[in-house]
Amino acid sequence: MHLILFFVFAGFCLAGAVNLLLQSHPINSALSLIVVMTSLAVLYLLLGAEFLAIAQIIVYSGAIMVLFTLVVMLLNAGREERTLGSRVARIVGFPAVVAMLAVLATVILRAQGLGVAALNQGITSTQDLSRVLFHELLLPFEVTSVLILIAILGAVALARAEGATPGDIERTAK
Amino acid sequence: MSFHQDVPLAWYLLLSAALFSLGVIGFLIKRNLITVFMSIELMLNGVNLSFVTFAHQWHAVKGQIFVFFVMMVAAAEAAVGLAIIIAVFRTRATLAVDRIDLMKL
Amino acid sequence: MTLLDFFLWSLLKVVVITVVLLMAVAYTVLLERKLVGRIQNRWGPHRVGPFGALQPLVDGAKLFFKEDLFPTAVYRPIYLLAPIISFGCAIVSIAVVPFGEPGIGPKGFDIFEISNINIGLLVILGVTSIGVYGIALAGWSSNNKYSLLGSMRSSAQLISYELALGLSLVGVVLRAGSFNLRLIVEQQAQKGIATWNVFGGFQFVAFFIYITAAFAETNRSPFDLPEAESELTAGYHTEYSSMKFAMFFMAEYANMITVGCVATLLFFGGWTSPFGNLIEPPQNIFVHALVPIFWFVLKVFCFLCLYVWVRGTLPRFRYDQLMNFGWRYLMPIAILNIIGTSLWLAYR
Repeated sequence: MHLILFFVFAGFCLAGAVNLLLQSHPINSALSLIVVMTSLAVLYLLLGAEFLAIAQIIVYSGAIMVLFTLVVMLLNAGREERTLGSRVARIVGFPAVVAMLAVLATVILRAQGLGVAALNQGITSTQDLSRVLFHELLLPFEVTSVLILIAILGAVALARAEGATPGDIERTAK
Repeated sequence: MSFHQDVPLAWYLLLSAALFSLGVIGFLIKRNLITVFMSIELMLNGVNLSFVTFAHQWHAVKGQIFVFFVMMVAAAEAAVGLAIIIAVFRTRATLAVDRIDLMKL
Repeated sequence: MTLLDFFLWSLLKVVVITVVLLMAVAYTVLLERKLVGRIQNRWGPHRVGPFGALQPLVDGAKLFFKEDLFPTAVYRPIYLLAPIISFGCAIVSIAVVPFGEPGIGPKGFDIFEISNINIGLLVILGVTSIGVYGIALAGWSSNNKYSLLGSMRSSAQLISYELALGLSLVGVVLRAGSFNLRLIVEQQAQKGIATWNVFGGFQFVAFFIYITAAFAETNRSPFDLPEAESELTAGYHTEYSSMKFAMFFMAEYANMITVGCVATLLFFGGWTSPFGNLIEPPQNIFVHALVPIFWFVLKVFCFLCLYVWVRGTLPRFRYDQLMNFGWRYLMPIAILNIIGTSLWLAYR
């Protein structure tokens, strides 16, 4: 059962990631990325991380990718143009990526003592997760909330039309 | 093949490495600013999968919490990054990374 | 229970629940037309069958046999995908809704819920957040200014109100200490109406925020701006016809039913009776199984009537009023509710 689920959703993941590269329209790429993220959520469930799985869906598929899709729609980004720019990235990059993947794969396959994942085993409950998060890691958690706040302010400042004052925004809203 | 077969964790790690590499390739070959940004998200997701796998291996909750933090940082990054993309599009009217090569217009 | 048994029973359960849900969706449409009719002092549909009872079937047949139009300018793959996402997300969330006593069924197999999972409530929220794509993509791929405006409005509205919706549920989760919907219901079951979250749990503020945000989430009036026909023709589904339109339509009503189910489970004691333990549970196994379902359906029915009542009563919000209300009032009140509930739980 676990094996079947793993193959199905790992297949979805890889297919989505490859499709992201092949599609030339950004909206298709965004949709393939959503497929990747949602299948990853299922893989997290298989690994017993139930809260993370649903956080993955809510945060990644439900919030971050919605932002991406909205920006693609807003800018009405068309198909991407090719044949521009240098080819150095491809010529050096591809062999480098393949070499990196090969090294990673050998290391992983040679590693001793890696366990197996089975259904109904090693499930992390939300209580355990939050106990560690709010007892031992409270300070980092609070710091990230400040980070998010700064990000919101930065996004508003960047995306606001140039020369617009807060009064303008109030007036356009009304 | 029995029905209740387990999956070696190495396969999860391989999948994570493959996703990461595909993200790097996307970063290199895509020519649209938004898609390049999406490739970065794909790389982050690949890394997250290996965090969860190792958390399962060592029965350590902190690995999962690290993924949680990565998600929060990714959310902040997406908000700021997309705002920058909108600002760039407003001044240059293009999303092709090759055309965005000047620090100042 | 063997694996094959498990699969067969699960399949049967899924099929029965889906069919019942789809029938309920069809008859919710009829309920709405009848009730709105009575509110506006007219009869509503009454020609087909007794009291118009066969109207949903006829409507379905009409939509099914309509010509399936493809406007020339649409972006076809996504134009086709959008209603499927909308409808799929709308009916999937029923899978985690428990609607009867646990433990009744062959060999301990739970027949009154498709799956009992620890994070049931979060699954419903997650599926709802995916549902945004249906509307956003529909508007964009239609290549029509009204559709695009409608879907932009709708996406902004859904994202804004999702926050208030999620925050309003935190109080309930704090009280129950779990995301499991069964545990949340059992936690408020002892004394019936006195221990329901909305009264005994002092979550009525949360309930108000939830129901307001949920009306906005389902695009129902007074928040039906995405399809405001006086401004936007029909909003995001302007270019849709036949079964593709029917999918959006059914998604809206299925979402209404889900919202009713969640409100019942979280605030009104789910399938438990309002009298709590005052009445001895009946001995007969069938009565014991059916009475909880009766209570559950009754409560959800009341919510559907509330939907229609509000639609028949309130005028539509203006767009800036909608955004102001969501961000400046609902969100802060929801956060205050969380702080209040946690303080109360800590110093009780």
